[in-house]
Amino acid sequence: MGAGSGRTEAIMREIASLRAQRDELDSRIRFFESQLRIGGGGAAPTTLPPSLSTKLDAMGAHAVSAAGGGLSPDMVQRYSRQLLLPDFGVHGSLGIADGENVELSNLHGQIMHMETYVGQPKVKSAAAACRAINSSVKVFDHHLKLKAKNALNVVRQYDIIVDATNNLASRYMLSDCCVLLHKPLISGSTIGLEGQLTVCNHNGSPCYRCLFPNPAACQNSSDDGILGVVPGVIGCLQALEVIKVASRVGEPLCGRMLNFDALSSRFKIVNKIRQRSSSCTVCGDHPDLTKDTFMMFGYDSFSQSSNSSKPPAQSLNPLPRNARITCREYKRLLDSGRPHLLLDVRPVHHFQIASIANSVNIPLNELKEKLPRLRDALSERGDDSQVAVHILRENGFPCASDVIGGLESWAREADPGFPVYW
Amino acid sequence: MHLTLEFGGGLELLLENSTKVHKVDVPIMDGEGKVAMKGLLSWVKANLIKERPEMFVKGDSVRPGVLVLINDCDWELCGGLDAELEEKDVVVFISTLHGG
Repeated sequence: MGAGSGRTEAIMREIASLRAQRDELDSRIRFFESQLRIGGGGAAPTTLPPSLSTKLDAMGAHAVSAAGGGLSPDMVQRYSRQLLLPDFGVHGSLGIADGENVELSNLHGQIMHMETYVGQPKVKSAAAACRAINSSVKVFDHHLKLKAKNALNVVRQYDIIVDATNNLASRYMLSDCCVLLHKPLISGSTIGLEGQLTVCNHNGSPCYRCLFPNPAACQNSSDDGILGVVPGVIGCLQALEVIKVASRVGEPLCGRMLNFDALSSRFKIVNKIRQRSSSCTVCGDHPDLTKDTFMMFGYDSFSQSSNSSKPPAQSLNPLPRNARITCREYKRLLDSGRPHLLLDVRPVHHFQIASIANSVNIPLNELKEKLPRLRDALSERGDDSQVAVHILRENGFPCASDVIGGLESWAREADPGFPVYW
Repeated sequence: MHLTLEFGGGLELLLENSTKVHKVDVPIMDGEGKVAMKGLLSWVKANLIKERPEMFVKGDSVRPGVLVLINDCDWELCGGLDAELEEKDVVVFISTLHGG
């Protein structure tokens, strides 16, 4: 047994050593590739410009050779204008985990992606964006959707975790994972014109579950939209927190929370949020969660358990089939020229973004007041239009019907050119 | 009692004109001249919330995911529902965000 484990350790050391050599080679290859791009094959500027050498001499901080463990001349050139000390900032690696592809509608908010990467994995795009800035950066892309089943294996490879996800299930999952592996979590979130930021599970700060023991009933960003600069601002601040946690410099946002309101340009720092809760089911004194139960935990159903932001249309009595028509049936009606009125019950600003020709907009919450002559109702996903048909039928419009599936189906089945803005 | 109430993280959408900051005069609700958070919540629900009150309150407290701050301090550290307010206090209600 003892000999066996000794042999395993030797092999592990050998693997680590080989990996280090490979990383070093990769780094040199990337460096020379970047020199080719910059210099068109000319002599690589591997010596410091005289001015910088003199400055460093004067500071008593002349760059030592790479072999000596300090910064190489190239590194000094690259990093000397940053407020980073030589013993920090140029080593280590960056991992990015994501299972999605870049979409056109991502570009305004997820600013590392370029048009040329639309349709390609986000992790490839993000890694390429990092390397385009600095070809010596070590970036590892994990092309997978982080879930309880695979998160431990990914997260355990890193020292600091950044939560840049966009849904509640992932937020609880990632926080629990960080508690189990004792990793600090830089938790940032945004919606619309607001952002929030805090550092969880570090220096006694609470985990996400201490802060929010029960999942909130709120919408995700794909429902609400977002102003592109807001995730940019919060993302930069997350990077700042990473630097502070990694370098043990300054005061990370532990036990504090930053709220950013873009509309009024206000940052509010809440200096006293609750500390780690001793009764927390994950990071408390008697936690329920183990690595095994974590991997089996149903985060999707947990985070939807109290998700009641919309009164569901299903709670209404279902409409009879003769009160509903499909998009194709409506298209035929439209093409036949038979007189009818198409009512669009979405909010006014949705109607202004995109609408079907000759439809009339009366938002659902104004419908009861305005009850005009109407026949058909339509909304974005068709939930509100069913409610509208109920209202109309109860108020003397027995022939009112809703278009099944709303504009989502309309765009899919009847008018592929219809802009799907939601 | 004069209080400043702020709503954020989308909670302002439940109020008239989506106004975030409200300077209000809340009537004293008990015989001792005090306003506790519990009383304030029911006053806000009755007087400020215009739609979907279930997005703001659940039972006699706020719904899960709403952070409450009294003078920039988490209300959990001030007594929660029993926290007593004073003249000119600032109470902030922020819904947690989870988009990215």
